[in-house]
Amino acid sequence: MSAFRLWIGAALAVALAFLTLPVLAIFLNTSPGRLLDSLDDPAARDALLLSLKTTTLALAIILAVGTPAAYLLATRRFRGRSLVLTLVELPLVLPPAVAGIALLAAVGPQGIFGDALAEAHVELALQRAGVVVALVFVAAPFYLRQAVAAFAAVEPTLLQASRTLGASEAATLARVVVPTALPGLAAGTALAWGRALGEFGATLMFAGSFRGITQTAPLAIYDDFTDDFSGALALSAVLVCVSAALLISVKLAGGERGLAAR
Amino acid sequence: MDSLRVEAAVTLGAFDLDVELDVQAGRCLALAGPSGAGKSTLLRVAAGLLRPGSGRVSCGEAVWLDTAAGVDVAPERRGCGYVFQDYALFEHLRVWQNVGYALPRRERRAAAAPLLERFGLTHLSDARPRTLSGGERQRVALARALARRPSVLLLDEPLSALDARTRANATRELAALLREAEVPCVLVTHDFTEAAVLGDEVAVIDGGRLVQRGTPADLAATPRSAFVADFTGAVVLRGTAQSRSDGLTLVDLDGGGQVASTDAGEGAVAASVFPWEIAVEPAGAAHPGSARNRIAAEVVSVTRVGGRVRLGLLAGQPLAAEVSEAAVRDLALAPGVRVAATWKATATRLIAG
Repeated sequence: MSAFRLWIGAALAVALAFLTLPVLAIFLNTSPGRLLDSLDDPAARDALLLSLKTTTLALAIILAVGTPAAYLLATRRFRGRSLVLTLVELPLVLPPAVAGIALLAAVGPQGIFGDALAEAHVELALQRAGVVVALVFVAAPFYLRQAVAAFAAVEPTLLQASRTLGASEAATLARVVVPTALPGLAAGTALAWGRALGEFGATLMFAGSFRGITQTAPLAIYDDFTDDFSGALALSAVLVCVSAALLISVKLAGGERGLAAR
Repeated sequence: MDSLRVEAAVTLGAFDLDVELDVQAGRCLALAGPSGAGKSTLLRVAAGLLRPGSGRVSCGEAVWLDTAAGVDVAPERRGCGYVFQDYALFEHLRVWQNVGYALPRRERRAAAAPLLERFGLTHLSDARPRTLSGGERQRVALARALARRPSVLLLDEPLSALDARTRANATRELAALLREAEVPCVLVTHDFTEAAVLGDEVAVIDGGRLVQRGTPADLAATPRSAFVADFTGAVVLRGTAQSRSDGLTLVDLDGGGQVASTDAGEGAVAASVFPWEIAVEPAGAAHPGSARNRIAAEVVSVTRVGGRVRLGLLAGQPLAAEVSEAAVRDLALAPGVRVAATWKATATRLIAG
């Protein structure tokens, strides 16, 4: 075996070990029974339930607004389109702490829209609604990016065929564009959901970490790890399983698309 | 039934298209020309898929587009049956759902059934398009376009995605469908023979301009430019073929006369031969030589194209021959002169049609 082959083989082995061992350790550190017991802790259950509720709501908002917006970006050419694309993808690379500060500066009590929101009796900061706002802010770009790419990959003649067959543009979106782009949209949904589930920094800064109100699973793990390490481990194990399920669903959706293209 | 009228001026980058055409109900106009000539662009303008810089599209009394008056009817309200070059079938739907796409949801399945039957697709109605052969996909696309009883039928190279074997059958079926159609049909092709077989008339488009329009025979006999002369290629004669045991196929031409071909064929065929394969001899000359085919004809036109001379001949069906300036002199060729057109059986191609 050549030195080069040995070198790239060793590099992969190191990368694989480094990336998987910490995740494996979550499951190896405590017995499965102990992990299950820790989930009986009401604090852990509250956190998981809150994560489920807030991420579901955030995803619903992202899908409802992001799908038509992505369709527009994918099918129209207009001045400033690249700028718009860059702007909506910006939160993707924003440090979470910066996202938290940005949300406070915009819609926090002292933010530029703070007074307007207060007059409308809408409170976001340190509230459960604030968690959803933070999740939408950080997760939406993942869906938008993927959805724009999926819509752009739909053959224009399919849209045109649908129009000549009597379907309006809205009907065409529902009957042809979304079904054809579905694997890509599903992948975007899974990625956005994964990002929302893991959201920590922006939520902590904007919504705080109040048990039962704004303390999502990642925040609960952070809260627990000093005095109840095994509880934190149990919650982490659950998040690992959910995240892995999402990743696998993305891979499967991608495989499905590959099949459709064949 | 109403006729279709399209006037369009389109500028797309360096390409500019400026064409006017009209097609009567029940007639098929074949738009022929090289790739990039603007043929498909015209179809797209007619269907409302592309808005020209200026133009007018009307079907009978209905005005679909009038840029001067600010009228632009959406494609879904124009009622154009459109067959796309790649067929554009909806892969996520089954065959019957594709065919019934334009129909109201409740009657979709029932109303699609007769169309599936007519196009021989009944046994495939639950199949997904990606499992179909090229010919089957083409039939789904045709059935789908006809489901809404369109007021115009637009076909963009409907045969180009098929292999040679399938194409012969598909051409025959399409020709039959176009003969029955009661609406104006426009068919785009880059193949003159296909245009001649399928179109009542052919409009040659080159570089965004309508170069010449006429029956296929007119275009072959009196091309207005060297481009049209080269483009028209083969002369097409219709007839009925019968194979003989010696390997030759005899074709009884519609309108009289018989030609032989080394191609196999049976039943209704189009026999094609290139004008430069056809020689002209004085009528009643002694021996036909090695040329198998010899048909008495009358010269109807003499057209000089570049250094060549195109002769329009009438022999039951119109025919065109390409000869030298010297031959015109020697044989004193002029309209009204009777000659014999001769060519080899090996130069005669047969197309099912």
